[in-house]
Amino acid sequence: MITDKLQALGRSTIDNVAGFGRSGLMLFGALVGKPDFRKGFPLLIRQLYVIGVLSLLIIVVSGLFIGMVLALQGYTVLVKFGADGMLGPLVALSLLRELGPVVTALLFAGRAGSALTAEIGLMKATEQLSGMEMMAVDPLRRIIAPRFWAGVISMPLLALVFNAVGILGGHLIGVDWLGVDGGSYWSTMQANVDLYQDVVNGVIKSVVFAIIVIWIALHKGYDAVPTSEGISQATTQTVVTASLTVLGFDFILTALMFGG
Amino acid sequence: MTTRKIEILVGAFIVVAVAAFLMLALKVANAGVSGSGESYVLYAKFENIGGLKVRSPIKVGGVVVGRVASIELDTVYYTPVVKMEINEQYSNFPETSSVAILTSGLLGEQYLGLQPGFIDETVQILADGDSIQDTRSAIVLEELIGQFLFNRGN
Repeated sequence: MITDKLQALGRSTIDNVAGFGRSGLMLFGALVGKPDFRKGFPLLIRQLYVIGVLSLLIIVVSGLFIGMVLALQGYTVLVKFGADGMLGPLVALSLLRELGPVVTALLFAGRAGSALTAEIGLMKATEQLSGMEMMAVDPLRRIIAPRFWAGVISMPLLALVFNAVGILGGHLIGVDWLGVDGGSYWSTMQANVDLYQDVVNGVIKSVVFAIIVIWIALHKGYDAVPTSEGISQATTQTVVTASLTVLGFDFILTALMFGG
Repeated sequence: MTTRKIEILVGAFIVVAVAAFLMLALKVANAGVSGSGESYVLYAKFENIGGLKVRSPIKVGGVVVGRVASIELDTVYYTPVVKMEINEQYSNFPETSSVAILTSGLLGEQYLGLQPGFIDETVQILADGDSIQDTRSAIVLEELIGQFLFNRGN
């Protein structure tokens, strides 16, 4: 009984380590090597459209609503201390440091990551990837690399849009609806937000999250069991694993950047 | 969907994102004002800096003229030395000027209040790298209470 449990534990550990290894080899094969911009660029543009542009709507809408909710909630607390002039920094710092990168990454995992996993998993199930290898086209360079770069490029951009829209949403609720002074909304924000400390660190965070989410999505798809059940499991795993890893890394990055 | 249309949409996406970054940098973080190129440095030694932090504002009569660049301990006397970056535009402070650590409001952030001094023939103008001699430390509430209780005892 106990030996069976131990065996199962050992096997799952070895499987996990092997999975890490396969994902590392996949990324290495996709990214290391002489880049061919003439062939790669149109593929990258295509993926930027699928991953970035098509995610824009959900990012803008959720950014707007999260900014509005932050302003509404922050106002009810701040006004008790007569500190409603500090609504601007509250909204801006929450968005720039935490919510912008994290919520963008979670939405991105749901919107783009799951689609990538399903797409690549289906390519594998229908043996398109093997077909490419037969035609001497490296599927890692042709399929994985453009999707990886498109994700890494588009997610920080999406996070920036999210932050900007969120701050405008906070302005909409705080200033236009609840009557906080518009001048103090912006001026206290400007006094408390630092370009490097807050804006650039937020961008660094979202680059890290982008690598995490897109790597997990691509690996789960590339490594999926090539059946319909396997693909559905891989898609679920992408969203769950990517979300949890993002939250874990967010804690580490926050401790490193703002904890000291 | 034609390739051309996709290219235009991706281009528009990148333009929107860059516009968002510019808005965050200029309107939210106000990066344009604190340009590091046109400032000069003054030093001030305090007994106690209280809650003063790097990048706290330096104000003359409520107007921000610079920011605290760094706070370090003097390795000989172990007193805090504050390095102040002051806008080049305000470069005529005499050496009789004084600087104090003040608090904005009852619970607000601490800042440096710079008080320009008098000028006559013997007084020189502070230049880049000079120290302000006349400093007043932050008021620490616990010390005040301690002094008050001590005086009551007498």
